[in-house]
Amino acid sequence: MVIAIGFEGSANKLGIGIVKDEEILANCRRTYITPPGEGFMPRETAKHHSENIHELLQEALDQSGITPQEIDVVCYTKGPGMGAPLMVCAIVARTCAKLWKKPIYGVNHCVGHIEMGRLITKAKNPTVLYVSGGNTQIIAYSRKKYKIFGETIDIAVGNCLDRFARVLKLSNDPSPGYNIEQAAKKGKKYLNLPYCVKGMDVSFSGILSYMEDKIDELLKEYTPEDLCYSLQETIFAMLVEITERAMAHCGSDEVLIVGGVGCNERLQEMMGVMCSERGAKIFATDERFCIDNGVMIAYAGALAFKAGSRMSFEASTITQRYRTDDVWVTWRDD
Amino acid sequence: MGEDLKHLKILKQGAEARLYVCNYLGRPTLIKERFTKKYRHPDLDTVITKDRIKNEARSIVRCKTANIRTPTLYLVDFDRRRIYMEYLENSKTVKDFIKNLSNVENSCIIEQIKILAKLIGESIRKLHENNIIHGDLTTSNMLLVPKNENEEINWLEVDKLDLVMIDFGLSFIDSSTEDKAVDLYVLERAVESTDVPHLEVFHDILEAYQNFSENNTKELINKYREVSARGRKRTMVG
Repeated sequence: MVIAIGFEGSANKLGIGIVKDEEILANCRRTYITPPGEGFMPRETAKHHSENIHELLQEALDQSGITPQEIDVVCYTKGPGMGAPLMVCAIVARTCAKLWKKPIYGVNHCVGHIEMGRLITKAKNPTVLYVSGGNTQIIAYSRKKYKIFGETIDIAVGNCLDRFARVLKLSNDPSPGYNIEQAAKKGKKYLNLPYCVKGMDVSFSGILSYMEDKIDELLKEYTPEDLCYSLQETIFAMLVEITERAMAHCGSDEVLIVGGVGCNERLQEMMGVMCSERGAKIFATDERFCIDNGVMIAYAGALAFKAGSRMSFEASTITQRYRTDDVWVTWRDD
Repeated sequence: MGEDLKHLKILKQGAEARLYVCNYLGRPTLIKERFTKKYRHPDLDTVITKDRIKNEARSIVRCKTANIRTPTLYLVDFDRRRIYMEYLENSKTVKDFIKNLSNVENSCIIEQIKILAKLIGESIRKLHENNIIHGDLTTSNMLLVPKNENEEINWLEVDKLDLVMIDFGLSFIDSSTEDKAVDLYVLERAVESTDVPHLEVFHDILEAYQNFSENNTKELINKYREVSARGRKRTMVG
Protein backbone atom coordinates (compact mmCIF):
# COMPACT_ATOMS: atom_id res chain seq x y z
CA MET A 1 0.00 0.00 0.00
CA VAL A 2 1.23 3.48 -0.87
CA ILE A 3 -0.14 6.75 0.53
CA ALA A 4 0.93 9.74 -1.52
CA ILE A 5 0.33 13.47 -1.34
CA GLY A 6 0.50 15.55 -4.51
CA PHE A 7 1.08 19.29 -5.02
CA GLU A 8 -0.02 20.82 -8.32
CA GLY A 9 0.42 24.45 -9.31
CA SER A 10 1.68 24.59 -12.89
CA ALA A 11 -0.90 27.16 -14.00
CA ASN A 12 -3.64 29.15 -12.27
CA LYS A 13 -5.00 26.18 -10.30
CA LEU A 14 -3.47 25.24 -6.98
CA GLY A 15 -4.34 21.68 -5.98
CA ILE A 16 -3.39 19.28 -3.22
CA GLY A 17 -4.56 15.69 -3.29
CA ILE A 18 -3.95 12.60 -1.18
CA VAL A 19 -4.38 9.03 -2.40
CA LYS A 20 -4.11 5.62 -0.80
CA ASP A 21 -3.42 3.29 -3.73
CA GLU A 22 -6.47 3.83 -5.93
CA GLU A 23 -8.58 5.47 -3.25
CA ILE A 24 -8.89 9.27 -3.21
CA LEU A 25 -8.65 10.59 0.36
CA ALA A 26 -8.54 14.31 -0.40
CA ASN A 27 -8.91 16.54 -3.47
CA CYS A 28 -8.66 20.25 -2.62
CA ARG A 29 -8.27 23.17 -5.00
CA ARG A 30 -8.06 26.96 -5.22
CA THR A 31 -8.26 28.83 -8.53
CA TYR A 32 -6.67 32.18 -9.28
CA ILE A 33 -9.30 34.12 -11.21
CA THR A 34 -8.38 37.26 -13.12
CA PRO A 35 -10.75 40.09 -14.17
CA PRO A 36 -12.50 39.84 -17.58
CA GLY A 37 -10.19 40.68 -20.47
CA GLU A 38 -7.07 39.65 -18.55
CA GLY A 39 -5.03 36.45 -18.48
CA PHE A 40 -2.99 35.21 -15.52
CA MET A 41 0.65 36.21 -15.28
CA PRO A 42 3.38 34.11 -13.61
CA ARG A 43 4.21 36.52 -10.79
CA GLU A 44 0.63 37.15 -9.63
CA THR A 45 -0.24 33.47 -10.00
CA ALA A 46 2.73 32.47 -7.85
CA LYS A 47 1.66 35.02 -5.25
CA HIS A 48 -1.84 33.51 -5.22
CA HIS A 49 -0.40 30.03 -4.74
CA SER A 50 1.94 31.02 -1.92
CA GLU A 51 -0.85 32.84 -0.11
CA ASN A 52 -3.16 29.84 -0.26
CA ILE A 53 -0.96 26.78 -0.09
CA HIS A 54 -0.65 26.45 3.72
CA GLU A 55 -4.36 26.69 4.30
CA LEU A 56 -4.99 24.25 1.44
CA LEU A 57 -2.47 21.76 2.84
CA GLN A 58 -4.22 21.82 6.21
CA GLU A 59 -7.56 21.36 4.46
CA ALA A 60 -6.28 18.36 2.51
CA LEU A 61 -4.80 16.70 5.60
CA ASP A 62 -8.05 17.27 7.52
CA GLN A 63 -10.18 15.95 4.68
CA SER A 64 -8.06 12.81 4.29
CA GLY A 65 -8.03 12.02 8.00
CA ILE A 66 -4.41 10.88 7.89
CA THR A 67 -1.33 12.24 9.62
CA PRO A 68 1.85 13.24 7.75
CA GLN A 69 3.61 10.24 9.32
CA GLU A 70 1.40 7.86 7.34
CA ILE A 71 2.46 9.35 3.99
CA ASP A 72 4.94 7.28 1.96
CA VAL A 73 5.92 9.76 -0.73
CA VAL A 74 5.57 13.51 -1.33
CA CYS A 75 4.83 14.25 -5.00
CA TYR A 76 4.82 17.56 -6.83
CA THR A 77 4.57 18.79 -10.42
CA LYS A 78 8.04 19.03 -11.92
CA GLY A 79 6.73 20.51 -15.18
CA PRO A 80 5.68 21.61 -17.73
CA GLY A 81 4.15 24.89 -16.62
CA MET A 82 4.87 28.42 -15.54
CA GLY A 83 8.14 28.70 -13.63
CA ALA A 84 7.18 30.81 -10.64
CA PRO A 85 3.95 28.97 -9.74
CA LEU A 86 5.67 25.60 -10.18
CA MET A 87 8.40 26.77 -7.84
CA VAL A 88 5.94 27.61 -5.03
CA CYS A 89 4.65 24.03 -4.95
CA ALA A 90 8.11 22.50 -5.34
CA ILE A 91 9.43 24.47 -2.36
CA VAL A 92 6.52 23.50 -0.12
CA ALA A 93 6.79 19.86 -1.25
CA ARG A 94 10.53 19.83 -0.54
CA THR A 95 9.96 21.39 2.87
CA CYS A 96 7.29 18.80 3.74
CA ALA A 97 9.54 15.97 2.58
CA LYS A 98 12.33 17.21 4.86
CA LEU A 99 10.03 17.93 7.82
CA TRP A 100 8.26 14.60 7.61
CA LYS A 101 11.43 12.73 6.54
CA LYS A 102 9.74 11.28 3.46
CA PRO A 103 11.04 10.65 -0.08
CA ILE A 104 10.14 13.22 -2.76
CA TYR A 105 9.04 12.57 -6.33
CA GLY A 106 8.57 15.01 -9.24
CA VAL A 107 5.77 14.16 -11.67
CA ASN A 108 5.20 15.16 -15.30
CA HIS A 109 1.95 17.12 -15.36
CA CYS A 110 0.73 15.55 -18.62
CA VAL A 111 1.39 12.02 -17.42
CA GLY A 112 -0.54 12.93 -14.26
CA HIS A 113 -3.57 13.77 -16.38
CA ILE A 114 -3.32 10.53 -18.34
CA GLU A 115 -2.99 8.27 -15.29
CA MET A 116 -5.79 10.08 -13.44
CA GLY A 117 -8.03 9.61 -16.48
CA ARG A 118 -7.20 5.92 -16.71
CA LEU A 119 -7.89 5.44 -13.00
CA ILE A 120 -11.28 7.19 -13.03
CA THR A 121 -12.59 5.80 -16.32
CA LYS A 122 -10.92 2.35 -16.25
CA ALA A 123 -9.85 2.78 -19.88
CA LYS A 124 -7.18 0.16 -20.56
CA ASN A 125 -5.03 1.37 -23.40
CA PRO A 126 -6.71 4.42 -24.88
CA THR A 127 -5.61 6.95 -27.45
CA VAL A 128 -5.45 10.06 -25.28
CA LEU A 129 -6.55 13.53 -26.31
CA TYR A 130 -4.94 15.91 -23.84
CA VAL A 131 -6.45 19.36 -24.18
CA SER A 132 -5.83 22.23 -21.78
CA GLY A 133 -4.74 25.85 -21.59
CA GLY A 134 -1.12 24.98 -22.22
CA ASN A 135 -1.26 21.71 -24.13
CA THR A 136 -2.93 20.00 -27.06
CA GLN A 137 -1.62 16.51 -27.75
CA ILE A 138 -2.75 13.17 -29.11
CA ILE A 139 -0.92 10.52 -27.15
CA ALA A 140 -0.73 6.75 -27.31
CA TYR A 141 1.27 4.34 -25.17
CA SER A 142 3.96 2.33 -26.84
CA ARG A 143 6.83 0.46 -25.23
CA LYS A 144 7.19 2.30 -21.93
CA LYS A 145 6.58 5.74 -23.41
CA TYR A 146 3.57 7.96 -23.89
CA LYS A 147 4.29 8.86 -27.48
CA ILE A 148 2.95 12.06 -28.99
CA PHE A 149 1.29 11.33 -32.32
CA GLY A 150 -0.15 14.73 -32.99
CA GLU A 151 -0.10 18.12 -31.33
CA THR A 152 -0.66 21.76 -31.94
CA ILE A 153 2.07 23.41 -33.96
CA ASP A 154 1.44 26.77 -32.32
CA ILE A 155 -0.91 27.65 -29.42
CA ALA A 156 -2.92 25.24 -27.26
CA VAL A 157 -6.66 24.87 -27.79
CA GLY A 158 -7.42 26.17 -24.29
CA ASN A 159 -5.20 29.16 -24.91
CA CYS A 160 -7.15 29.90 -28.09
CA LEU A 161 -10.44 29.72 -26.15
CA ASP A 162 -9.13 31.79 -23.22
CA ARG A 163 -7.82 34.50 -25.50
CA PHE A 164 -11.03 34.61 -27.49
CA ALA A 165 -12.93 35.00 -24.22
CA ARG A 166 -10.70 38.00 -23.52
CA VAL A 167 -11.59 39.48 -26.92
CA LEU A 168 -15.27 39.23 -26.00
CA LYS A 169 -14.53 40.31 -22.41
CA LEU A 170 -16.24 37.24 -21.02
CA SER A 171 -15.81 36.50 -17.31
CA ASN A 172 -12.91 34.30 -16.17
CA ASP A 173 -15.10 32.90 -13.38
CA PRO A 174 -15.19 29.91 -13.04
CA SER A 175 -13.14 29.69 -16.24
CA PRO A 176 -13.19 31.42 -19.64
CA GLY A 177 -13.71 28.09 -21.40
CA TYR A 178 -16.78 27.32 -19.31
CA ASN A 179 -18.33 30.67 -20.17
CA ILE A 180 -17.64 30.16 -23.88
CA GLU A 181 -19.31 26.76 -23.63
CA GLN A 182 -22.42 28.27 -22.03
CA ALA A 183 -22.57 31.10 -24.59
CA ALA A 184 -22.11 28.63 -27.45
CA LYS A 185 -25.26 26.79 -26.38
CA LYS A 186 -27.24 29.91 -27.36
CA GLY A 187 -25.44 30.40 -30.68
CA LYS A 188 -27.32 29.60 -33.88
CA LYS A 189 -25.67 31.21 -36.86
CA TYR A 190 -22.60 29.37 -38.05
CA LEU A 191 -19.63 31.35 -39.29
CA ASN A 192 -17.11 29.61 -41.50
CA LEU A 193 -13.68 29.89 -39.86
CA PRO A 194 -10.21 28.81 -40.98
CA TYR A 195 -9.86 25.06 -40.47
CA CYS A 196 -6.28 23.94 -40.06
CA VAL A 197 -5.28 20.28 -39.87
CA LYS A 198 -1.82 19.16 -41.01
CA GLY A 199 -1.48 15.41 -40.88
CA MET A 200 -2.07 14.60 -37.21
CA ASP A 201 -1.15 18.11 -36.12
CA VAL A 202 -3.39 21.14 -35.75
CA SER A 203 -2.91 24.90 -35.68
CA PHE A 204 -5.09 27.40 -33.83
CA SER A 205 -3.24 30.69 -34.13
CA GLY A 206 -4.72 31.48 -37.56
CA ILE A 207 -8.28 31.14 -36.26
CA LEU A 208 -7.54 33.30 -33.24
CA SER A 209 -5.94 36.12 -35.23
CA TYR A 210 -8.76 35.97 -37.77
CA MET A 211 -11.27 36.49 -34.94
CA GLU A 212 -9.14 39.14 -33.24
CA ASP A 213 -8.64 41.16 -36.42
CA LYS A 214 -12.23 41.05 -37.58
CA ILE A 215 -14.10 41.15 -34.28
CA ASP A 216 -15.73 44.57 -34.75
CA GLU A 217 -16.93 43.69 -38.22
CA LEU A 218 -18.10 40.23 -37.15
CA LEU A 219 -20.13 41.58 -34.24
CA LYS A 220 -22.25 43.57 -36.68
CA GLU A 221 -23.51 40.36 -38.25
CA TYR A 222 -23.11 37.77 -35.53
CA THR A 223 -23.89 37.72 -31.82
CA PRO A 224 -21.10 36.87 -29.36
CA GLU A 225 -22.99 33.59 -28.79
CA ASP A 226 -22.85 32.78 -32.52
CA LEU A 227 -19.11 33.38 -32.52
CA CYS A 228 -18.52 31.16 -29.46
CA TYR A 229 -20.63 28.48 -31.12
CA SER A 230 -18.77 28.71 -34.44
CA LEU A 231 -15.39 28.73 -32.74
CA GLN A 232 -16.21 25.62 -30.69
CA GLU A 233 -17.68 23.74 -33.66
CA THR A 234 -14.59 24.46 -35.74
CA ILE A 235 -11.79 23.78 -33.30
CA PHE A 236 -13.46 20.71 -31.79
CA ALA A 237 -14.03 19.25 -35.27
CA MET A 238 -10.27 19.64 -35.83
CA LEU A 239 -9.52 17.83 -32.57
CA VAL A 240 -11.94 14.99 -33.30
CA GLU A 241 -10.51 14.61 -36.79
CA ILE A 242 -6.90 14.24 -35.65
CA THR A 243 -7.98 11.91 -32.84
CA GLU A 244 -9.65 9.68 -35.41
CA ARG A 245 -6.54 9.76 -37.58
CA ALA A 246 -4.39 8.72 -34.63
CA MET A 247 -6.82 5.91 -33.76
CA ALA A 248 -6.70 4.65 -37.32
CA HIS A 249 -2.92 4.87 -37.27
CA CYS A 250 -2.60 2.90 -34.01
CA GLY A 251 -5.55 0.56 -34.55
CA SER A 252 -7.03 1.72 -31.25
CA ASP A 253 -10.70 1.50 -30.20
CA GLU A 254 -10.65 3.60 -27.03
CA VAL A 255 -10.38 7.37 -26.59
CA LEU A 256 -9.71 9.12 -23.33
CA ILE A 257 -10.13 12.89 -23.10
CA VAL A 258 -8.16 14.63 -20.34
CA GLY A 259 -7.19 18.19 -19.45
CA GLY A 260 -9.27 21.26 -18.64
CA VAL A 261 -10.89 21.57 -22.08
CA GLY A 262 -11.80 17.87 -21.76
CA CYS A 263 -14.76 18.65 -19.52
CA ASN A 264 -16.43 20.60 -22.34
CA GLU A 265 -19.62 18.63 -23.01
CA ARG A 266 -19.83 19.60 -26.67
CA LEU A 267 -16.33 18.22 -27.28
CA GLN A 268 -17.30 15.02 -25.45
CA GLU A 269 -20.48 14.78 -27.51
CA MET A 270 -18.68 15.21 -30.85
CA MET A 271 -16.02 12.70 -29.86
CA GLY A 272 -18.81 10.32 -28.84
CA VAL A 273 -20.42 10.53 -32.29
CA MET A 274 -17.10 9.84 -33.98
CA CYS A 275 -16.50 6.85 -31.68
CA SER A 276 -19.93 5.34 -32.20
CA GLU A 277 -19.43 5.57 -35.97
CA ARG A 278 -16.28 3.50 -35.77
CA GLY A 279 -17.33 1.17 -32.98
CA ALA A 280 -14.97 2.70 -30.45
CA LYS A 281 -15.48 3.71 -26.84
CA ILE A 282 -15.10 7.15 -25.34
CA PHE A 283 -13.91 7.88 -21.82
CA ALA A 284 -14.07 11.28 -20.19
CA THR A 285 -14.13 12.72 -16.69
CA ASP A 286 -15.88 15.69 -15.11
CA GLU A 287 -14.38 18.94 -13.83
CA ARG A 288 -13.20 17.43 -10.52
CA PHE A 289 -10.57 15.44 -12.36
CA CYS A 290 -10.30 17.02 -15.83
CA ILE A 291 -9.14 20.33 -14.45
CA ASP A 292 -5.67 20.43 -12.88
CA ASN A 293 -5.69 18.89 -9.42
CA GLY A 294 -3.40 17.47 -6.78
CA VAL A 295 -4.81 13.93 -6.91
CA MET A 296 -3.44 13.30 -10.39
CA ILE A 297 0.05 14.23 -9.23
CA ALA A 298 -0.25 12.09 -6.09
CA TYR A 299 -1.60 9.12 -8.04
CA ALA A 300 0.92 9.25 -10.91
CA GLY A 301 3.73 9.71 -8.39
CA ALA A 302 2.47 6.75 -6.35
CA LEU A 303 2.42 4.54 -9.47
CA ALA A 304 6.02 5.37 -10.28
CA PHE A 305 7.03 5.01 -6.62
CA LYS A 306 5.40 1.57 -6.41
CA ALA A 307 7.21 0.51 -9.57
CA GLY A 308 10.50 1.36 -7.90
CA SER A 309 11.21 4.77 -9.42
CA ARG A 310 12.99 7.17 -7.06
CA MET A 311 14.19 10.76 -7.22
CA SER A 312 17.06 12.17 -5.22
CA PHE A 313 16.43 15.33 -3.23
CA GLU A 314 18.97 17.17 -5.40
CA ALA A 315 17.02 16.23 -8.53
CA SER A 316 13.72 17.59 -7.21
CA THR A 317 13.84 20.72 -9.34
CA ILE A 318 11.30 22.17 -11.72
CA THR A 319 11.34 22.61 -15.48
CA GLN A 320 9.03 24.75 -17.59
CA ARG A 321 9.47 22.48 -20.58
CA TYR A 322 8.98 18.80 -19.95
CA ARG A 323 7.64 16.67 -22.75
CA THR A 324 5.20 13.80 -22.19
CA ASP A 325 7.44 11.47 -24.17
CA ASP A 326 10.44 12.24 -21.93
CA VAL A 327 9.00 10.10 -19.13
CA TRP A 328 10.04 6.47 -18.81
CA VAL A 329 6.81 4.69 -17.87
CA THR A 330 8.09 2.19 -15.32
CA TRP A 331 4.65 1.16 -14.07
CA ARG A 332 3.21 -0.26 -17.28
CA ASP A 333 4.24 -3.62 -18.66
CA ASP A 334 1.96 -3.90 -21.69
CA MET B 1 -23.01 4.94 -49.39
CA GLY B 2 -24.37 5.91 -52.77
CA GLU B 3 -27.11 3.54 -53.94
CA ASP B 4 -25.39 3.08 -57.27
CA LEU B 5 -22.26 1.67 -55.63
CA LYS B 6 -24.04 -1.03 -53.65
CA HIS B 7 -22.94 -3.81 -55.97
CA LEU B 8 -19.28 -2.80 -55.73
CA LYS B 9 -16.81 -4.24 -53.33
CA ILE B 10 -15.45 -1.86 -50.68
CA LEU B 11 -11.70 -2.00 -51.02
CA LYS B 12 -11.06 0.00 -47.88
CA GLN B 13 -12.98 2.03 -45.37
CA GLY B 14 -10.85 4.86 -44.08
CA ALA B 15 -11.59 7.55 -41.52
CA GLU B 16 -12.99 9.92 -44.13
CA ALA B 17 -13.62 7.99 -47.28
CA ARG B 18 -14.66 4.65 -48.68
CA LEU B 19 -12.73 3.21 -51.59
CA TYR B 20 -14.44 1.13 -54.25
CA VAL B 21 -12.97 -0.59 -57.26
CA CYS B 22 -14.83 -0.55 -60.55
CA ASN B 23 -14.37 -0.51 -64.27
CA TYR B 24 -14.73 2.94 -65.78
CA LEU B 25 -14.50 3.29 -69.56
CA GLY B 26 -12.63 0.02 -69.72
CA ARG B 27 -10.02 0.87 -67.11
CA PRO B 28 -9.59 -0.44 -63.57
CA THR B 29 -10.78 2.50 -61.49
CA LEU B 30 -10.77 3.51 -57.85
CA ILE B 31 -13.73 5.49 -56.55
CA LYS B 32 -12.98 7.54 -53.47
CA GLU B 33 -16.19 8.65 -51.79
CA ARG B 34 -15.92 11.07 -48.88
CA PHE B 35 -18.82 10.37 -46.56
CA THR B 36 -20.52 12.79 -44.16
CA LYS B 37 -18.94 13.06 -40.76
CA LYS B 38 -21.86 13.37 -38.38
CA TYR B 39 -19.88 14.91 -35.56
CA ARG B 40 -19.25 18.15 -37.38
CA HIS B 41 -21.60 20.96 -38.35
CA PRO B 42 -23.24 20.20 -41.73
CA ASP B 43 -22.00 23.50 -43.21
CA LEU B 44 -18.47 22.80 -42.06
CA ASP B 45 -18.70 19.24 -43.34
CA THR B 46 -19.77 20.40 -46.79
CA VAL B 47 -17.04 23.02 -46.96
CA ILE B 48 -14.32 20.63 -45.81
CA THR B 49 -15.40 17.85 -48.16
CA LYS B 50 -15.61 20.13 -51.20
CA ASP B 51 -12.27 21.69 -50.35
CA ARG B 52 -10.60 18.34 -50.04
CA ILE B 53 -11.98 17.00 -53.28
CA LYS B 54 -10.85 20.18 -54.99
CA ASN B 55 -7.41 20.03 -53.40
CA GLU B 56 -6.95 16.44 -54.37
CA ALA B 57 -7.95 16.97 -57.99
CA ARG B 58 -5.91 20.14 -58.35
CA SER B 59 -2.73 18.64 -56.92
CA ILE B 60 -3.00 15.47 -58.97
CA VAL B 61 -3.20 17.52 -62.15
CA ARG B 62 -0.33 19.72 -61.05
CA CYS B 63 1.77 16.64 -60.26
CA LYS B 64 1.14 15.33 -63.76
CA THR B 65 2.56 18.49 -65.33
CA ALA B 66 5.52 18.34 -62.95
CA ASN B 67 6.20 14.73 -63.83
CA ILE B 68 5.51 13.39 -60.34
CA ARG B 69 3.73 10.07 -60.30
CA THR B 70 0.22 9.95 -58.82
CA PRO B 71 -2.86 7.96 -59.82
CA THR B 72 -4.36 9.47 -62.98
CA LEU B 73 -7.51 11.49 -62.39
CA TYR B 74 -10.56 10.30 -64.36
CA LEU B 75 -13.58 12.14 -62.99
CA VAL B 76 -14.67 14.46 -60.20
CA ASP B 77 -18.28 14.29 -58.98
CA PHE B 78 -18.92 17.00 -56.37
CA ASP B 79 -22.57 16.15 -55.83
CA ARG B 80 -21.81 12.58 -54.90
CA ARG B 81 -18.61 13.60 -53.10
CA ARG B 82 -16.48 11.33 -55.31
CA ILE B 83 -13.25 11.22 -57.21
CA TYR B 84 -12.62 8.55 -59.84
CA MET B 85 -8.99 7.72 -60.45
CA GLU B 86 -6.61 5.11 -61.76
CA TYR B 87 -6.56 1.94 -59.65
CA LEU B 88 -3.06 0.64 -59.07
CA GLU B 89 -3.62 -3.02 -58.48
CA ASN B 90 -0.04 -4.01 -57.93
CA SER B 91 0.94 -1.66 -55.18
CA LYS B 92 2.13 -1.58 -51.60
CA THR B 93 2.18 1.31 -49.17
CA VAL B 94 5.63 2.35 -47.97
CA LYS B 95 4.41 1.50 -44.46
CA ASP B 96 3.63 -2.11 -45.44
CA PHE B 97 6.79 -2.32 -47.48
CA ILE B 98 8.90 -1.42 -44.47
CA LYS B 99 6.94 -3.73 -42.20
CA ASN B 100 7.47 -6.51 -44.72
CA LEU B 101 11.19 -5.78 -44.95
CA SER B 102 11.67 -5.94 -41.22
CA ASN B 103 10.29 -9.49 -41.27
CA VAL B 104 12.90 -10.59 -43.77
CA GLU B 105 16.26 -11.81 -42.55
CA ASN B 106 18.54 -10.09 -44.95
CA SER B 107 21.63 -7.96 -44.65
CA CYS B 108 20.72 -5.73 -47.57
CA ILE B 109 17.62 -4.37 -45.84
CA ILE B 110 19.43 -1.29 -44.62
CA GLU B 111 20.66 -0.69 -48.15
CA GLN B 112 17.13 -1.00 -49.55
CA ILE B 113 15.68 1.36 -46.98
CA LYS B 114 18.41 3.87 -47.80
CA ILE B 115 17.45 3.74 -51.46
CA LEU B 116 13.80 4.11 -50.52
CA ALA B 117 14.54 7.09 -48.28
CA LYS B 118 16.37 8.74 -51.16
CA LEU B 119 13.43 8.13 -53.45
CA ILE B 120 11.03 9.65 -50.91
CA GLY B 121 13.23 12.67 -50.24
CA GLU B 122 13.59 13.43 -53.93
CA SER B 123 9.88 13.04 -54.63
CA ILE B 124 8.95 15.41 -51.83
CA ARG B 125 11.48 17.94 -53.02
CA LYS B 126 9.98 17.68 -56.49
CA LEU B 127 6.54 18.39 -55.01
CA HIS B 128 7.89 21.38 -53.13
CA GLU B 129 9.81 22.72 -56.14
CA ASN B 130 6.42 22.89 -57.81
CA ASN B 131 4.89 24.56 -54.74
CA ILE B 132 2.69 21.56 -53.98
CA ILE B 133 2.34 21.10 -50.23
CA HIS B 134 1.03 17.62 -49.51
CA GLY B 135 -0.30 18.37 -46.03
CA ASP B 136 -0.42 14.77 -44.84
CA LEU B 137 2.87 13.13 -45.63
CA THR B 138 2.94 9.71 -44.01
CA THR B 139 4.27 6.32 -45.01
CA SER B 140 0.68 5.22 -45.69
CA ASN B 141 0.25 7.96 -48.27
CA MET B 142 3.04 6.76 -50.52
CA LEU B 143 2.72 3.70 -52.72
CA LEU B 144 5.34 1.58 -54.38
CA VAL B 145 4.50 0.11 -57.77
CA PRO B 146 6.63 -1.94 -60.18
CA LYS B 147 8.36 0.14 -62.86
CA ASN B 148 7.83 -2.54 -65.42
CA GLU B 149 4.37 -4.07 -65.25
CA ASN B 150 5.28 -7.17 -67.18
CA GLU B 151 8.20 -8.28 -65.06
CA GLU B 152 7.68 -10.49 -62.06
CA ILE B 153 7.48 -8.28 -58.98
CA ASN B 154 10.25 -8.44 -56.45
CA TRP B 155 9.08 -6.41 -53.47
CA LEU B 156 12.56 -6.40 -51.98
CA GLU B 157 14.27 -4.42 -54.72
CA VAL B 158 13.48 -0.73 -54.51
CA ASP B 159 15.41 -0.11 -57.74
CA LYS B 160 12.66 -1.81 -59.69
CA LEU B 161 9.87 0.19 -58.04
CA ASP B 162 8.33 3.60 -58.58
CA LEU B 163 7.04 5.87 -55.84
CA VAL B 164 3.47 7.12 -56.23
CA MET B 165 2.13 9.87 -54.00
CA ILE B 166 -1.52 9.60 -52.96
CA ASP B 167 -4.12 11.20 -50.68
CA PHE B 168 -3.85 14.85 -51.62
CA GLY B 169 -6.98 15.84 -49.70
CA LEU B 170 -5.06 18.10 -47.31
CA SER B 171 -2.78 19.48 -50.01
CA PHE B 172 -2.57 23.04 -51.26
CA ILE B 173 -0.44 25.20 -53.49
CA ASP B 174 1.93 27.57 -51.72
CA SER B 175 5.42 28.87 -52.33
CA SER B 176 6.31 29.75 -48.72
CA THR B 177 9.19 27.98 -46.98
CA GLU B 178 7.07 27.81 -43.82
CA ASP B 179 4.50 25.45 -45.37
CA LYS B 180 7.19 23.28 -46.93
CA ALA B 181 8.96 23.07 -43.58
CA VAL B 182 5.76 22.05 -41.80
CA ASP B 183 5.23 19.38 -44.47
CA LEU B 184 8.64 17.93 -43.66
CA TYR B 185 7.95 18.12 -39.94
CA VAL B 186 4.66 16.24 -40.34
CA LEU B 187 6.52 13.52 -42.25
CA GLU B 188 9.21 13.32 -39.59
CA ARG B 189 6.59 12.74 -36.90
CA ALA B 190 4.85 10.10 -38.99
CA VAL B 191 8.11 8.26 -39.68
CA GLU B 192 9.04 8.44 -36.01
CA SER B 193 5.77 6.87 -34.96
CA THR B 194 5.98 3.94 -37.38
CA ASP B 195 8.20 1.03 -36.51
CA VAL B 196 11.22 1.44 -38.67
CA PRO B 197 14.14 -0.93 -38.24
CA HIS B 198 16.69 1.46 -39.70
CA LEU B 199 16.36 4.44 -37.42
CA GLU B 200 17.97 7.06 -39.64
CA VAL B 201 15.20 6.97 -42.24
CA PHE B 202 14.13 10.54 -41.82
CA HIS B 203 17.72 11.73 -41.79
CA ASP B 204 18.25 10.01 -45.14
CA ILE B 205 15.04 11.46 -46.53
CA LEU B 206 16.11 14.95 -45.51
CA GLU B 207 19.54 14.48 -47.05
CA ALA B 208 18.07 13.42 -50.39
CA TYR B 209 15.64 16.34 -50.15
CA GLN B 210 18.56 18.74 -49.75
CA ASN B 211 20.76 17.25 -52.44
CA PHE B 212 18.09 17.13 -55.11
CA SER B 213 18.17 20.84 -55.87
CA GLU B 214 20.15 23.93 -54.90
CA ASN B 215 17.15 26.17 -55.11
CA ASN B 216 16.54 27.77 -51.69
CA THR B 217 17.86 24.70 -49.89
CA LYS B 218 19.46 26.56 -47.03
CA GLU B 219 16.33 28.57 -46.22
CA LEU B 220 14.17 25.46 -46.39
CA ILE B 221 16.35 23.50 -43.98
CA ASN B 222 16.69 26.41 -41.56
CA LYS B 223 12.95 26.87 -41.59
CA TYR B 224 12.43 23.16 -41.02
CA ARG B 225 14.71 23.29 -37.96
CA GLU B 226 12.81 26.30 -36.68
CA VAL B 227 9.45 24.55 -37.10
CA SER B 228 10.58 21.37 -35.38
CA ALA B 229 12.08 23.36 -32.50
CA ARG B 230 8.79 25.21 -32.17
CA GLY B 231 6.97 21.90 -31.91
CA ARG B 232 9.31 20.31 -29.43
CA LYS B 233 10.05 23.17 -27.13
CA ARG B 234 6.84 25.07 -27.05
CA THR B 235 6.49 26.93 -23.80
CA MET B 236 3.35 26.69 -21.78
CA VAL B 237 1.44 29.92 -21.61
CA GLY B 238 -1.78 30.60 -19.72
